[in-house]
Amino acid sequence: MSLLDFARGPALQWSVFVFIVGVLWRLFGVLLLRSKKDLSEPRNRAAWKGLRLIALRSWPRREFLEGTAFGEVMGYAFHVGFLVTLFFFAPHVVFFADVARGLIGTDLRGLIGVGWPTLPNGIITLLAAVSVAALLALLVHRLVNPVKRLISNFDDYFSWFVTIAPLVTGLLAFSHLAGWPYERLLAWHLLSVELLLVWFPFGKLMHAFTIFAARGTTGMIFERRGASL
Amino acid sequence: MTAPTAHTRKPEPLDFDQPRVSIAKPEYRFDMQGEMPEAERVERAMKSFVKDFGRTAAIYMESCIHCGMCAEACHFYEVTKDPKYTPIWKLEPFKQAYKREYGPFAVVYRALNLKQKVTVEQLQQWQQLIYDSCTVCGRCSLICPMGIDIAALVSQARHGMYNAGLIPHELWAVTERARLEGSPLGATPKVFKDRIEWLADDHEVEIPVDAADADVMCAMSSIEIMKYPDSVVATARIMNHLGLSWTFRLDGYEATNFGLLSGNSAAQKQLTMKLIDAAVACGAKTVILPECGHAYTALRWMGANMYGEPLPFRVLHIAEFLAEQVREGKLRLKKVAKSATFHDPCQVVRRGGAIEAPREVLKALGVELREMYPSKGTAWCCGGGGGVVANHRADDLRYKTFRIKMEQVEQTGAELPVTTCANCRQTFDDGQAHFKWDRKMHSLLELVADNLLGDDQ
Repeated sequence: MSLLDFARGPALQWSVFVFIVGVLWRLFGVLLLRSKKDLSEPRNRAAWKGLRLIALRSWPRREFLEGTAFGEVMGYAFHVGFLVTLFFFAPHVVFFADVARGLIGTDLRGLIGVGWPTLPNGIITLLAAVSVAALLALLVHRLVNPVKRLISNFDDYFSWFVTIAPLVTGLLAFSHLAGWPYERLLAWHLLSVELLLVWFPFGKLMHAFTIFAARGTTGMIFERRGASL
Repeated sequence: MTAPTAHTRKPEPLDFDQPRVSIAKPEYRFDMQGEMPEAERVERAMKSFVKDFGRTAAIYMESCIHCGMCAEACHFYEVTKDPKYTPIWKLEPFKQAYKREYGPFAVVYRALNLKQKVTVEQLQQWQQLIYDSCTVCGRCSLICPMGIDIAALVSQARHGMYNAGLIPHELWAVTERARLEGSPLGATPKVFKDRIEWLADDHEVEIPVDAADADVMCAMSSIEIMKYPDSVVATARIMNHLGLSWTFRLDGYEATNFGLLSGNSAAQKQLTMKLIDAAVACGAKTVILPECGHAYTALRWMGANMYGEPLPFRVLHIAEFLAEQVREGKLRLKKVAKSATFHDPCQVVRRGGAIEAPREVLKALGVELREMYPSKGTAWCCGGGGGVVANHRADDLRYKTFRIKMEQVEQTGAELPVTTCANCRQTFDDGQAHFKWDRKMHSLLELVADNLLGDDQ
């Protein structure tokens, strides 16, 4: 079995398995915990309106902007670059369509007549490069900023590594750089993605899911009291 | 010196000569209470921390991405730039314990020893971060991009610290005073009764006590009873002016709750139940809480949960009550031809939700309100909340944070700094004395009582 066959076959299947089971275990391990009913008289009965915090907290209040601008801008730069590359790069879309056909016998075009859109390779390359640059800037910031250096642990650095690795290996594979055969570059790209999937449930990458629960919970508690969101 | 046990000491003396009320500065500090093996301390800290864990706290614990933004919201970090004051760092041993003992992957963390066991030394070191450098003001909870309510987690960590006998000397001593004397700051029922009689006589105002039936029951904070008795008179004047059926009750008059501040849940419940039982006994439809931030949190937002069912009466902060009376046209006030700025008490405004009420009252007083920047939800804390002002060890740090408030007040150029929390007020008084500042903090309640329209008194 070649490295590419391994990456496309058992490694992919097992990493997806670990990802799904791990994410569900961690999410339900928390969400199924008891939650005491709050018996206080609410100021606002429609506490669910506090769910707007999920959107509101996506950008800091102006009072906090000065101190958080670097983290916000770099954070958005790498998240947008990463997600756009993941979901709108033509080969990725082909890959997801293949997976869909394998799982449910059809893809999006087969279901609704319109395929998933893609972006030109040039734009994707630019966004991926911006994402890598932002991640590098964030790493430097984590190392030199006294607050971030103090509160960082293995998870922060390893999660950074498994996030930047697919971007870098993807750019290398796309550019046919490094003098390696394309198959080997593609295999390393797949393996880096699989590493990300395996690590995902165990580290802080889980915030991709917990962010909604945390913001939503706080939003509802605060809204109930009429407290500042 | 060995640590005292709960029954070997007399109540420590209070110091009323200082601008803030606390026990006198201790000659020797006892920041570790009781006798127990170190392992038991850790066990107790973690057990009670974990015991409180429900879904909400667990979600928070799972969500931190270590972005460090919370530091930017904390006044202790703002004035020192010391990274140890980063709010989420104040919870580090508890995060460590959560991952190791309680989280969904706890078994993996323990099996591979990925998170070390928390030690007593670590908890002792963190005591200053959890008590001296956190006012539980919740500003960090507004900046966290994940939406984690860090202040709520600090309160929870205090439960663990209390049960481990690891709270600052002063918080322990005032809780002891409450146990031995019935009041943390000397406002015993006898003292309160004597004061009421003296105040009623001196100010020629009727102050009903222990009415068997009353629509409204009022409560005061220990700080007001002992240091700002004019607030007691102001409360009586306003209630009488409105012609309400109201009373103080000697079985439940003190809204101060050091149980909440120290992390002593049993004491918190006991103090809360006194107020609830007294209100039920006189059939009060409304309980009016004094100008005190944490007293509002303790009864308004936590009272029913301590009681085990919805409270059979409304709970209002005095500023909310005054605003309601103004809104209904029952309270008319003389105009104060001055400019004023309002200091937002964190527990009443940011975390309590009574954001506009004090401003409505100020509007009715006709003052020219000059808001500080930032104000309301993102206002800077005075630095004395969460029990910090009672803690001598925290004085130097607290004074540093107070500079923020002085600058803010000065920038408005307003004539009257006003607030609606006696704890903020004494923090301002103490800061004023320390810096020889020429600005005096005023009470919204007293300002209203001094300007009742049509009142002969």
